[in-house]
Amino acid sequence: MRRALALAAILVAVAALLYAPQVLSRYGNFVLASWLVIAIAAMGVNLIMGYAGQESLAQAGFMGIGAYITAHMLKGGSLAFDLFWIYPVVLTWTPFSMFSAIAASALATFLMGILIAFPSLRVQKHYLAFVTLAFTVFLWLVFRNEEWLTGGVFGIQDIKRPSVFGFEMSPSRRHYANFTYFVIAMTAIAAFVMWWIVHSPWGRAFTALRENALRAESLGIDVTGYKLLAFAIGSAYGGIAGSLYAPLVEFIDPSPFALAPSLLFLLMIVVGGMGSLAGPFIGAAVAVVLPLFIEKWQSELVANGFAIFSHFSYVIIFSILVITTIAIAPRGLAGLFADLTKPRRRPHSDDKGARLGEVKS
Amino acid sequence: MTAPSTPSPRPAVATPDGRPQRVVLDVRDVAKSFGGVHAVRGVSFDVREGEILGLIGPNGSGKSTLFNCILGQLVPDRGSVTVDGHDVTGKRPSALNRLGIGRTFQLLQVFPELSVRENLILAGQEHKGTRLARLFGPSDAGLTPDANRMIDFFRLGHLADEKAGGLSYGQQKLLDCAMAFMAGPRLVLLDEPAGGVNLTMLENLKERLHAINAETGATFVVIEHNMEFVMSLCSRICVLAEGEIIAEGSPAEVRSDPKVIEAYLGH
Repeated sequence: MRRALALAAILVAVAALLYAPQVLSRYGNFVLASWLVIAIAAMGVNLIMGYAGQESLAQAGFMGIGAYITAHMLKGGSLAFDLFWIYPVVLTWTPFSMFSAIAASALATFLMGILIAFPSLRVQKHYLAFVTLAFTVFLWLVFRNEEWLTGGVFGIQDIKRPSVFGFEMSPSRRHYANFTYFVIAMTAIAAFVMWWIVHSPWGRAFTALRENALRAESLGIDVTGYKLLAFAIGSAYGGIAGSLYAPLVEFIDPSPFALAPSLLFLLMIVVGGMGSLAGPFIGAAVAVVLPLFIEKWQSELVANGFAIFSHFSYVIIFSILVITTIAIAPRGLAGLFADLTKPRRRPHSDDKGARLGEVKS
Repeated sequence: MTAPSTPSPRPAVATPDGRPQRVVLDVRDVAKSFGGVHAVRGVSFDVREGEILGLIGPNGSGKSTLFNCILGQLVPDRGSVTVDGHDVTGKRPSALNRLGIGRTFQLLQVFPELSVRENLILAGQEHKGTRLARLFGPSDAGLTPDANRMIDFFRLGHLADEKAGGLSYGQQKLLDCAMAFMAGPRLVLLDEPAGGVNLTMLENLKERLHAINAETGATFVVIEHNMEFVMSLCSRICVLAEGEIIAEGSPAEVRSDPKVIEAYLGH
């Protein structure tokens, strides 16, 4: 029953996603693609936090790394070749450029993830949070100050959306939907890979180190290795999201990759549902799509004479939502939904004593 | 020194003292102190293949510290731990486990959010192929049949798909033991398996441990406070007091040893 319900929900979602780019406006397409891109990055945080029980405050920073790498590779300026001189020219050739940019971003952030998680593994888990916090601040300074590399506060402008398999993806009236479809496809692949990982023995090992690292170690699970893997894979999801973000917005500057957006990712996971596959999508919707609606309602209310709402901001609603979620649904909106649809079962404690020969009181 | 790393051609003849010949675990002069407290002061003993060795002693006698030194949770200050002829002193617990050493903990250590079956699969999966192969292989690492067999063996059949956190204390204790045996270990160290388990369940547990010992020939070391349980389970017993072994022998010998009586009652 639940399985059927979940399957139906997925089918409806897929159908809606395939139909939406055709009917939505150019702005609607932008919102849809933004939601999915943020959801990919949130999936990474979900793996790190929700499954493996580690803490990352650097996901926006990893997105930034992916975005800047992609911007350089898509613009194909001399800097791209200076920086990635070992990268074969054929991979930056236009028909492949988007895929090679995604691959380069994923690889770079994967390796960077291993590099920064490694020193913090010898100590207790909160140190990973501190290390990633410092790393985010460091990255932001690089993004803002190293003008030769990142364009500083002015960022990198005019990033062209490349064509993929001959499909033009420019944001022109005729082609904007194509890019949305591309993002949908990438999200589907990312979600499938994530599903595979968390249902594989790796996912079980991640859960084990979240629940009881000591016991996991005694069962032969290489706790250090799995922590690194979880963190690196999660960070690579940030890199992939950044790689899609750059051509989506066509202009990148340091502000979306600062500390505050990194913290926002944690809240998305909390609201959406830690350790659930739907969680990142719900969380990203709350963080990306909801503010747009709220702004619209707010301006309408103010225009209709409710001046009191002019000070009302999205941040307040989001904060209230986070606090409410933690209070009434500790497993997030996805967990709440799962609880509501779960079939009620009779307690089975009646029969378990007898077969085990336990003395019943 | 014997060279047990190659399969022994010797028949399993008992030595003159009536014990099996092949040494599975050899602890030599292990010592560990914390600051000024000498928790373990140069303990040596060995465990032969198929034996069930009981390690008893009053509270604070160093049993748990010794266990943790053997299992890599702590690094001993001096001395060596040898398993099947391989020096494993100071190796990480995960590496020890992959060498065929299982353990249970004094306090319950199951994974409450995973089902009983998932707990068991987890306990065996790191012994199946390489890590990369496990990622691309089946979700259960091919261990569902093994897990089901273990579930039947420990009579947890009707609970297989329940979350481990929802089981009663005694049932979790059984699961904990089952997990230690999942990877087919040669040597299993059980830390107070009977603690907090009611009488009927205790019989069940003891009988299962005897059965698995007879069936697989696995060697056990058991820390236990419950004398009744330890005397009827173990073939040999080491008594630890103040970080040293004060007596060693069959349950009957140990029970009548004046030093043991003094250690338990004298203070």
